Amino acid sequence: MRIGIPKEVHDGERRVATTPDVAAQFLKLGFSVAVESGAGVEASFADAAYRAAGATIVDDPAGLWASGDIILKVRAPERHPVLNRDETDLLRPGQVLIAFLWPGQNPDLLKRLAEKRVTALSMDSVPRISRAQKMDALSSMANIAGYRAVIEAAEHFGRFFTGQITAAGRIPPAKVLVIGAGVAGLSAIGTARSLGAIVRAFDTRPEVKEQVQSMDGEFLELDFKEEGGGVGGYAKVMSPEFIKAEMALFAKQAKDVDIIITTALIPGKPAPKLITADTARLMKSGSVIVDLAAEQGGNCELTEPGRVAKKDGLTIVGYTDLPSRLATQSSQLYATNLRHLLTDMCPKKDGVLVVDFNDEVVRGATVVKDGAVTWPPPPPKLSATPAAKPTGLPAVAPGAKPGAKAGHADAPASAGATLITAAVGAFLLALVGAYAPASFLPHFTVFVLACFVGYMVVWSVTPSLHTPLMSVTNAISSIIVLGAIMQVSSADTTTKVIAAVTIGLTSINIAGGFAVTRRMLEMFRK
Amino acid sequence: MSAGLVTVSYIGATILFILALGGLSNPETARRGNSFGILGMAVAVVATIFGSVTANYALLFGGLLIGGSIGLILARRVQMTQMPELVAVLHSLVGLAAVLVGFASFMGHPGAEMSSAEKTIHDIETYIGILIGAVTFSGSVIAFGKLNGSIGGRPLTIPGRHFLNLGLLVAVLWFGRAFVLETEAGGGLTPLLIMTAVALVFGVHMVMAIGGADMPVVVSMLNSYSGWAASATGFMLNNDLLIVTGALVGSSGAILSYIMCRAMNRKFLSVIAGGFGTGDGAPAPAAGEAADQGDVVPIDGAETAALLAHAKDVVIVPGYGMAVAQAQHTVNDIVKFLRAKGVKVRFAIHPVAGRMPGHMNVLLAEAKVPYDIVFEMDEINEDFPDVDVSVIIGANDIVNPSAEDEPNSPIAGMPVLQVWKGKTTIVMKRSMATGYAGVQNPLFFKENTRMLFGDAKKTLDAVLKALKDG
Repeated sequence: MRIGIPKEVHDGERRVATTPDVAAQFLKLGFSVAVESGAGVEASFADAAYRAAGATIVDDPAGLWASGDIILKVRAPERHPVLNRDETDLLRPGQVLIAFLWPGQNPDLLKRLAEKRVTALSMDSVPRISRAQKMDALSSMANIAGYRAVIEAAEHFGRFFTGQITAAGRIPPAKVLVIGAGVAGLSAIGTARSLGAIVRAFDTRPEVKEQVQSMDGEFLELDFKEEGGGVGGYAKVMSPEFIKAEMALFAKQAKDVDIIITTALIPGKPAPKLITADTARLMKSGSVIVDLAAEQGGNCELTEPGRVAKKDGLTIVGYTDLPSRLATQSSQLYATNLRHLLTDMCPKKDGVLVVDFNDEVVRGATVVKDGAVTWPPPPPKLSATPAAKPTGLPAVAPGAKPGAKAGHADAPASAGATLITAAVGAFLLALVGAYAPASFLPHFTVFVLACFVGYMVVWSVTPSLHTPLMSVTNAISSIIVLGAIMQVSSADTTTKVIAAVTIGLTSINIAGGFAVTRRMLEMFRK
Repeated sequence: MSAGLVTVSYIGATILFILALGGLSNPETARRGNSFGILGMAVAVVATIFGSVTANYALLFGGLLIGGSIGLILARRVQMTQMPELVAVLHSLVGLAAVLVGFASFMGHPGAEMSSAEKTIHDIETYIGILIGAVTFSGSVIAFGKLNGSIGGRPLTIPGRHFLNLGLLVAVLWFGRAFVLETEAGGGLTPLLIMTAVALVFGVHMVMAIGGADMPVVVSMLNSYSGWAASATGFMLNNDLLIVTGALVGSSGAILSYIMCRAMNRKFLSVIAGGFGTGDGAPAPAAGEAADQGDVVPIDGAETAALLAHAKDVVIVPGYGMAVAQAQHTVNDIVKFLRAKGVKVRFAIHPVAGRMPGHMNVLLAEAKVPYDIVFEMDEINEDFPDVDVSVIIGANDIVNPSAEDEPNSPIAGMPVLQVWKGKTTIVMKRSMATGYAGVQNPLFFKENTRMLFGDAKKTLDAVLKALKDG
């Protein structure tokens, strides 16, 4: 099948769905690849590079859309500025379209795609299960957004991030507050730390504390108990009391920090307004706010989506295209995510794409198939993995906690069982006492006491010496040699020979057991 | 030598044996404990020789010398990785000795001078001594074969095996009755021989039915049996020292079996009933899921070295694979290198790692790993969230998170080392094959897990080389 890579038409979009490297990999899977001329130029991939990788360069966009069996894009279809018709009109029945389609926000688009009788997969709908992490384009983009957010902040911030003592005086380190510790937040924490800033982070989900600390950030906590983890590891809307406590924390921090990076999103809701205009104005002059939630309305009241606003000495960065501002990197990661998806969907490596609804990942990502809208998919069988690293949107976290531990075998026996054991024991003892001859009882007494001594002594043996314990008990149990020694003086030939053989066997055991125990114990050194 | 002196010597030997076991509570005192054990054995043997040997000195000393030499040579030659096999061989010898002493006693002392009840008891003691001895012997031989690899590790589950066991038990009881009745008339050898054969078959069948994963339980169980065999022989010979020593060893083995069972969250009876690892009774979601768990991320020696060199806190989890590959010395070299660079390195030992209790500790000790950086599961499990890199060397089931997460898993509830809570886990394995329990391991598919495929020794050599070069 032929893969078509059109040039992105969205205003300011620099990314491209496939890089030359990935195009070469597609060829290995048996696909042929056609790239629209200039598709990768903004992301620094020249036509020549695609050609060198074995792809065909097509000048005519309409021809490219028409000839491809699979169309890979970044953005959802929209009006084509050159052809002056909607990109969906370029599709033909049976084609497969893979892009960020945002099915929840674009029901009309889904309807149109269904009318066109194409199959459409949305990269933002790939289910969040561990197997699909390699295709998780949202995480890839969030990671880049977090990195770029710090770089944008650095551009508008008038000082160093790192602290220094110079001949000209002391330079204090910048203080950065990151709100929302999902993939983007953690990426921002790591980037800001590596520039030398002091980084603090806040998240409503206490379970991300460890992840923040693992990135060398300081996790701010509220003195307030409420779990912020929602379904599938995403954050949820919090109670008014919680929000009040949270606001107080932000106000206090705003007076202290130089840069605030907000990444708080709640699925299906407008971004929560965490930094009010009043809070923002508490910040020092020259401070910077980078609002990664700008596209969903912004976490800061002063944010103007899509642009940089300067208000009251503050700079508020509201770009909605941060991944596109790092087009080479994000194209590489996105293309790799796509490659993983196509590799899974082309199991025979024969260049034929199979849309298998038994595959949970393919089922989740497919939003239109054969003229029918198949979104939303049935709920996934598994919840998000309890993996330590979060994946997905900023406000995303590990979901299910490891299940409760199953009961151990050494759970205390019930009182009833103990009673029965004791009764049986007493009965057996009574039986022995009643019927055994007197000469048996002293031996029996010794036996029972020895069992108890053994029990007490052996429990104190350290587990690391269990092997020497076995070899030494082995040697000791060859005390059975005494029986053979007693018999060896017998006049009966059979008895005497058997006794001699037994002495030989047990001697192997005695000498071998003690010697090997000594050899092992010699090795245990501090 | 008077009977009084012999008895006093026996008491001395008993005390020395107890001290020998007690010494093992700590590696420092263990060496002294072993010397106590040797001394106790010497006292007991010498006292018995002076007390009851009147003739046939050549046979006696010949046996002692030949056997002792063989034993010393074995002890010197054996590889530490072969310890489980050696222990199994030694168990089988104790079992065989019990059988032989029983037969010799039966043929040498018809017990005509005893009263009726005493004689019956004596007969029963003889019978039981031979029975336990025979089971220990054949069971240990099969265990040796399984450990040695000459018999496959898969459990043999013949249809109706529980009924077979039951039938054998009934046969043992039936011939026991026949034996006691026939000895009245001076006979009894035939039922005794038949019982011995039945017991041998039972021992073979019992161990054949137990899977490789349960070997630690089997080895400690046979250890226990060898003790009980000695004890039963003691009853037969009216010898308290044998009774006491046998009981000490028997309870020691029983406790070890219990510890091993607990470490696998398995009931002792179900281990003995056998069949573990075949998947019977356990639904197959594990297998079905395996296909759905996605990709593993491979890594090479150089990358592993880089991860280790940049870590602050490293935990190494050795398993049977390390023993098979004889990799413990390379492990120690890596540990020494890392420790010299200031990396905190520790070992985490699961109770059932390897094929016998304490197997890993012995291997590490052989490689001169200091024992104060070797920790038991309970001591180290809480620390994993702070660990930068965990290295799993040839272990599988003991680090399987499905023991905690999958109620349907055959190993559900087994305590495991929670390596997946650490930042990065490197799993060294020869292939993607499942462990002894036949369960797929979701750990391999976790995103912070890296797979280092290949023979543990060779890959570790590569890691060591990369560390030294880097």
